[in-house]
Amino acid sequence: MKNRFALLSLLGGGGGLGKVQELIREIRVGRVMTTSLFTVAPDALMSELKELMRGHHISGVPVVENGALAGIVSIEDLIHALEAAKLDSPVCDFMTSSNLIVARATEPIMEAVRRFEATKIGRMPVLDTQGKLVGILTRGDIIEALLTALQEVYGEAERIQDHPDYFFEALESDSTSLVLRYNVKHLDFARGGDASAKIKQALLRIGALPVLARRVAIATYEAEINLIIHTDNGGTITADIKPYEISVLAEDRGPGIEDVELARQPGFSTATSEVREMGFGAGMGLVNIDRCTDDMSIWSALGIGTRLQMIFRVSPEEAKRNGND
Amino acid sequence: MQINEIVEKLGLMVLVGEDNLKADVTGGYVADLLSCVIAGAKPHDLWITLQTHVNIVAVAALKEVAGIIVAEGATVPDATLEKAAQQGVVMLSSPQPVYETVKQLVALGL
Repeated sequence: MKNRFALLSLLGGGGGLGKVQELIREIRVGRVMTTSLFTVAPDALMSELKELMRGHHISGVPVVENGALAGIVSIEDLIHALEAAKLDSPVCDFMTSSNLIVARATEPIMEAVRRFEATKIGRMPVLDTQGKLVGILTRGDIIEALLTALQEVYGEAERIQDHPDYFFEALESDSTSLVLRYNVKHLDFARGGDASAKIKQALLRIGALPVLARRVAIATYEAEINLIIHTDNGGTITADIKPYEISVLAEDRGPGIEDVELARQPGFSTATSEVREMGFGAGMGLVNIDRCTDDMSIWSALGIGTRLQMIFRVSPEEAKRNGND
Repeated sequence: MQINEIVEKLGLMVLVGEDNLKADVTGGYVADLLSCVIAGAKPHDLWITLQTHVNIVAVAALKEVAGIIVAEGATVPDATLEKAAQQGVVMLSSPQPVYETVKQLVALGL
């Protein structure tokens, strides 16, 4: 027991599992403690305490006098009374009343963990901001609360894994998008295809079927290469992903396309010979994009730049199905 | 047919992807113009080419080809090999020209 709390205390201090850390700082004692309180008066007999503890399976009871916390009596105290054959003595003879270690209902369980770790006690009375007794907190209560909370967290993670559209469904809005943005540098061939590969991976991760992820990636790749080959200063790629429609925008600030219709002709390319030696410049980029997209539009002006918008509508075949279909 | 069978029967050298040779191959595609590969290659094809520039890796990954065969024993730069290793793209080398390599593959039944 002691080692476990030492570990929890350490986790609260900045090492270890992020989620547990978060939970022991966030969860308040008030949420975790037992509130249906049994109490005894100082002049109650130890034999009465024994019946109380046995009948309700509790290991510690706060001692209350005139509505205020006077001390705490535990099963260890009861054992001392049994050993001394003093079951007919009053509770106040065996209770702990000085240097009472308590917890506050409003503090994070992190603090209670530290206190448990530093002492040998098994339970703490819990007081509210006015100092009134409102509950009792045991080591077991903390463990149980953490396990329950972790179960919720991992349960949530499982739900997202099984049904990736949960990501869109769980967040309330009139419409939700996941937006991915990439910067593409002019003549950066070493990273050519990085943006489209990452978009593809993201789509697969959130549950797109491979056939959809593939056509989005292929069209985006051609647009990405165009930004690398044909721009003055590179450009940006923005993928706006909604459950049933994906919009990818490739934008740059120059030089602009002189004749868009000509550029769309198969085989037409303005690529330089160095670029052609690398296998680019077949003049099929825009044609390939057209084939992969449901809608494509190009806006361009010389000296200003180009905007290529690609829309992919998720067909019923491409919508992610769960295992029941 | 699996890649390792092809590697053995054609005497190909494995440049990248020793651990991925059990993948299935269902066809082939030949082109040096990348956009043509983008348009025409199918997943699980073997792509035979003389291109060795780093961008062949992105194209191969995008099209999910089974692997790239670089023909004529062309030297593949380190940058390409590194990117292939990183992206999980199998790269093989054939000492034969493209035409002969294709003939060998067809003889195998591909």
